[in-house]
Amino acid sequence: MENTMSEKTYLQALNEALKLEMERDENVFILGEDVGQFGGCFGVTQGLFDQFGERRVMDTPITESTIVGAAAGAAAAGLRPVAELMFVDFIGVAMDQLFNQAAKMRFMFGGKTTVPMTLRMPQGAGIGAAAQHSQSLESWFMNIPGLKVVIPSTPYDAKGLLISAIRDDNPVVFLEHKLLYGVSGEVPDESYTIEIGKGEVKREGTDVTIVATSLMVHSALEAAERLKADGIDAEVVDPRCLQPLDKDIILDSVKKTHALVVAHEAVTFAGPGAEIAAMVAEEALDYLDAPVKRVGAPFCPVPFSPPLEQFYIPNADNIVEAVKSLR
Amino acid sequence: MALSKKTLIHMYETMNKIRLFEQKLQEFFAAGEIPGFVHLYLGEEAVATGACSALTDADMITSTHRGHGHLLAKGGDLKLMMAEIFGRSTGYCKGKGGSMHIADFDLGILGANGIVGGGGPLAVGASLASKYKQTKDVTVCFFGDGASNQGTTQEALNAASAWKLPLVFVNENNGYGISCPQCKSMAVVDIADRAAAYDMPGVVVDGNDVLAVYEAVSEAVKRARNGEGPSLIECKTYRWRGHFEGDACTYRCTEELEEWMAKDPIPRFEAKLVEGKTLTQKEADKIKESIAKEVAEAVAFAKESPMPATSALMDDVYA
Repeated sequence: MENTMSEKTYLQALNEALKLEMERDENVFILGEDVGQFGGCFGVTQGLFDQFGERRVMDTPITESTIVGAAAGAAAAGLRPVAELMFVDFIGVAMDQLFNQAAKMRFMFGGKTTVPMTLRMPQGAGIGAAAQHSQSLESWFMNIPGLKVVIPSTPYDAKGLLISAIRDDNPVVFLEHKLLYGVSGEVPDESYTIEIGKGEVKREGTDVTIVATSLMVHSALEAAERLKADGIDAEVVDPRCLQPLDKDIILDSVKKTHALVVAHEAVTFAGPGAEIAAMVAEEALDYLDAPVKRVGAPFCPVPFSPPLEQFYIPNADNIVEAVKSLR
Repeated sequence: MALSKKTLIHMYETMNKIRLFEQKLQEFFAAGEIPGFVHLYLGEEAVATGACSALTDADMITSTHRGHGHLLAKGGDLKLMMAEIFGRSTGYCKGKGGSMHIADFDLGILGANGIVGGGGPLAVGASLASKYKQTKDVTVCFFGDGASNQGTTQEALNAASAWKLPLVFVNENNGYGISCPQCKSMAVVDIADRAAAYDMPGVVVDGNDVLAVYEAVSEAVKRARNGEGPSLIECKTYRWRGHFEGDACTYRCTEELEEWMAKDPIPRFEAKLVEGKTLTQKEADKIKESIAKEVAEAVAFAKESPMPATSALMDDVYA
């Protein structure tokens, strides 16, 4: 059967992934704050309550520890929960249940269990939500053995990766960007998976590699178009997952272009770019013609006032500037 | 409640198994043969035994950092436990977990837990899975007086009650959260009082009376199986040893310890069984002898077992 494609938003793609997996597997259910009738804080679970009922789309009390821990417990007891936290910022409340319980159960118990849970969390700045509702915390999660960290940038990737995350036997942290929910793209109507840990070259180029994640993939693509006018042909690589990290796609690109800029919205210091830069330095230093440049947020909490917030979020200008500084 | 002779004897065996297993651990820890921390359950055997005797193999438990008793009472294998605590590759967790992280999913043991209050949300999830799959299985969440003050425990009580989950909270109030006595860490005297806040039954039982624990937990399990929701059973007991082996216990007086040791749950139950003619003293002694032998075999198994190969380090990080 030929796949039919249609234009969908990132949000619709996620919603479809949930719906298809719930139809396919009775063990998949959703839990979180206001995910039921209300349809989720940003609308990702819209319509699922009507289709599947409250047994499978469960509104929880405002208790993040219990949302994450109950997902881990239910997963260990044979279900495939998809938990939602309204904002990634709330993970602090539930961190023990994620990093000490869910992530470690399999290892600590000598492989006696699997914890097939998915934890969806929107992150990122740009909606004036200030310091406790706007962070990008992916480097926290990529530092925890036992977790997988998925961070899709397009509607196509969002759907395929969420289906893979739900089917994965490990706890998967699935990071969505609030500003991407409205972004559209071609998405197959059918179910499909994208391998977790496989990146994608979003734009081919020969002069510089820009490794970017989430919203920054779009900024990097915009930067690449502008650089083209200056005669610089940039390759944009989206690892799509930070744990496991597709090292090969990054190394292959760097070996081709001999230059690397890493762009993410998390703060630059100890952000994912630090790991990527170090990995390239260890494994492909001889291929580099210039030092690696990182583009990330400044080392401060996300500010509220719009001009400050816009200044805070890395953008295409910053990426263009970083690329040009390599010359 | 009329219990079969078989059940009563099984309870007696279980209590002795926990006692003798842990006394061996105490000995080997002092001799420097056990790595890490060991938190002993000595004196609290009636709680795990009474509670787990009310469960089937399909029922689940979440345990604590003081978990040996719960695990053994749920059917945990002596050899596999001993080997794990000795850090051997033949142990329950291949030497990756140790005393605080033993699990056996086939027996419904969802794991001991090194985090005080860590088990509540997991127990919510496990009992939610039973309800979701419409099995009749019940989960018991063991937690201490210290854990009862953790937000996670209160969250779990609330969610379990709101969702009428088949979950029984068994609080083991041994009087101390590490070195802090209950009177300094909470204003209530009975932790069971907190059940009222969640509209569930809260029952206080003598945690050194295995039959009292069994009866209270059985009643709660029955409610849970009938879809009537969770209960909170507080078992008043006492920790004979320090928080961990090596703890000098300067924070409590010997009189208090002596008073509780006089209420030792094992001779107390033994006297009852002998008096009720369930067992003769001779039979009781024989049971203890045979368990001591099993424990010795477990020690031998552990000691003869190899340490894990370093090549196994990265196994089981991911499925």
